[in-house]
Amino acid sequence: MSHDSHKQSFISHYIFSTDHKMIAKQFLLLSIIMACLGGFMAYLIRWEVAFPNVPAPFFGLVSPDKFNAIITLHGTIMIFFVGMPFLAAFPSNFFIPLMIGARDMAFPKLNLASFWLTFTGAVLLVASFFVPGGPVAGGWVGYPPLSASSEFAGVKWGAALWILSLAMAFFSSSVGGLNYLVTVISLRAPGMTYSRVPMTVWFLLGSAVTFFFSVGPLIAGAFMLLMDNMFGTGFFLPAKGGEPMLWEHLFWFFGHPEVYVLFFPALGMGLDIMATFTRKPIFGYKLILGSTVGAITLSFIVWAHHMFLSGLNPVLATPFSITTILISIPFAIIIFCMFASLRHGAIRMELPFLWMVGFLATFLVGGLTGIFLGSASADIYLHGTYFVVAHFHYTLFPSVFFGGFSGVYYWFSKMYGRELNKKLGLLHLVLTFIFFNGTFWPLFRVGIGGMIRRIADPSFYPQYQQFANWNIFCTISAIALIASQAIFLWNIVWSMTHGPKAVKNPYDSNTLEWLADSPPPHGNWGAKLPIVTGDPYEYSKPGEAKDWRSQAQNL
Amino acid sequence: MKKVVNRRASSPAVTRSEPRMNPAKLGILLFICAEIMFFAGLISAFAVFRFSPVQWPPAGQPRLPVQITAVNTIILLLSGVTFFLAFKALKAAKDNSFKNLLTATAALGLIFLLIQGVEWIHLLQFGLTVHSSIFGGFFYCLVGMHGFHVAGGMVALLFVVTRAWQGAYSSKVTLGVELCRMYWFFVVGLWPVLFALVYL
Repeated sequence: MSHDSHKQSFISHYIFSTDHKMIAKQFLLLSIIMACLGGFMAYLIRWEVAFPNVPAPFFGLVSPDKFNAIITLHGTIMIFFVGMPFLAAFPSNFFIPLMIGARDMAFPKLNLASFWLTFTGAVLLVASFFVPGGPVAGGWVGYPPLSASSEFAGVKWGAALWILSLAMAFFSSSVGGLNYLVTVISLRAPGMTYSRVPMTVWFLLGSAVTFFFSVGPLIAGAFMLLMDNMFGTGFFLPAKGGEPMLWEHLFWFFGHPEVYVLFFPALGMGLDIMATFTRKPIFGYKLILGSTVGAITLSFIVWAHHMFLSGLNPVLATPFSITTILISIPFAIIIFCMFASLRHGAIRMELPFLWMVGFLATFLVGGLTGIFLGSASADIYLHGTYFVVAHFHYTLFPSVFFGGFSGVYYWFSKMYGRELNKKLGLLHLVLTFIFFNGTFWPLFRVGIGGMIRRIADPSFYPQYQQFANWNIFCTISAIALIASQAIFLWNIVWSMTHGPKAVKNPYDSNTLEWLADSPPPHGNWGAKLPIVTGDPYEYSKPGEAKDWRSQAQNL
Repeated sequence: MKKVVNRRASSPAVTRSEPRMNPAKLGILLFICAEIMFFAGLISAFAVFRFSPVQWPPAGQPRLPVQITAVNTIILLLSGVTFFLAFKALKAAKDNSFKNLLTATAALGLIFLLIQGVEWIHLLQFGLTVHSSIFGGFFYCLVGMHGFHVAGGMVALLFVVTRAWQGAYSSKVTLGVELCRMYWFFVVGLWPVLFALVYL
């Protein structure tokens, strides 16, 4: 199993690599490129809402039909081509083998396929801009009948490409998830028992399991939607005896667990970062894992809370309200365990830790506003308003960006062998935090005021005039938020080549990945695998000279 | 899996580095789980219409060939039995009966696909198409998806049959046969459910 003296060509090293670390970096790069595209779309959306019918700089007039296409693709890109690769695929590929002491994934070639499937999906999605009829414009949730027939939306090839692109993303994440699960179950290093597996790995697994078991019904639904579009079946078309609500059920059966798919990795990385920078064990390791199992189970029976106003039988609203409120219990337990982990810690205020605190602080707002939306009676008023937009951006943005960035700042030196610039990192954090809240906090107010989302030109409706200044404020914040990300891009590009050389374990952390070289070679470990002898979070043990003890001592 | 180290113990008790569970088998098992969720989604979508108060199957649509498909169901189930016996024979080192039973499995699978194909052509001639009604759409989607999976299983099966006649397997080397068997049992086990729901 020695990969040490492995000569590789450019193509097999950088493009069709089977090395989990290179695949992770490919996912990272792809997600950054797609985030630029999705961010540009966010700018266009905000511009049109704040300055209706004024041509947007660098683009031109965002007409209502373009607006609809842009909101649709912004959602699709940010969830499936930024969130999934950046938060699930990239850390899973890079850190699962390193943290459990394996040399690679269980199925390296499947891993290779997983990346190229996502890449193909991204290409198909971008290609849909250039087909006759333009890209799909029915919202990222793709509700029929609008999405099911080209008669209604005027989009035929765009819809087909959108479905195919999503199919690629689904297959990619499914084979990826299968790979992560098999890797953790069968390739842990000697001595790496389940109770010694770090939280990052546990939560990445939780994410994979949740995705894996929820995506099947949506693939079935997408298959039927494609049949409706291309072969004239009428599964979702009332005119042909079909049932549009059926799609909503199939979609949200996946759609709600997907929220946790994008939340768990951030939580797992946050827990590891917390232990390292508070210099003490995580409070309630098993309690957190148990709560996660509960949350995953419940996440499969909450989906209809997205459909309170879609014609769902009102009798069903109450049970789904109850399960939705119930799911806040396991998450509350996890968050309180995190607070308890801070207690009596010897906190080191380093960048990854600050990003993680930023994640918790902002995510909490998203989580708490979810309680309003989950209760059917409040949702009847708030459904479809900017309150919902603010709510889900307060959950997804903190997870994907605050959580994801905390991981990147924590592990960058391990990935590239050089350190990031800390001052730029701090500036990035402060600006992101301020402008993120500036963008989305006022939207809660606008939404409670009754402004409906997905409206291209609010000036058309006199009752929305009162929000015009708020919308301009949000848009300016959003532009500043997007612009602040340039600091991050500059920081990684510059640090990759010019940053100071990194040491193996800069933060005195216990977990296995810090025992490998920075960056780890092909095969990760030298001649022998690490032999795990300790827990991942044995910090500040009484009676020991130093306040940390690596999980393996033999390397 | 078996050797759980006491996490308080200080000395490393476990030193092996071979995989704890066969990754390929685990992979196939998880793949089948995802497939089950896919078919669960498709079947529940079908059930929304099948068990609605509206008349089912809708008037004016051709009847499905229940008898011949019942026979075909038995043929597919038989292929599951022959595969089961083939694997037992392999384990018992009865090489010849292993090869014959495995070939019989593949032959039964092919007959199943052939009969399904012929019946499809008949139904198309009688006017049942994907867009003739929701009924037609679901029929071709559900039965077609299953047929597609059987065809995928056939490819794996034919590969394993070829390797078996080349003498690649023995009572010690069984992994390829086992993986194929897991998947084949899935497509065989799924069919009676679909038959009962769609045809009866």
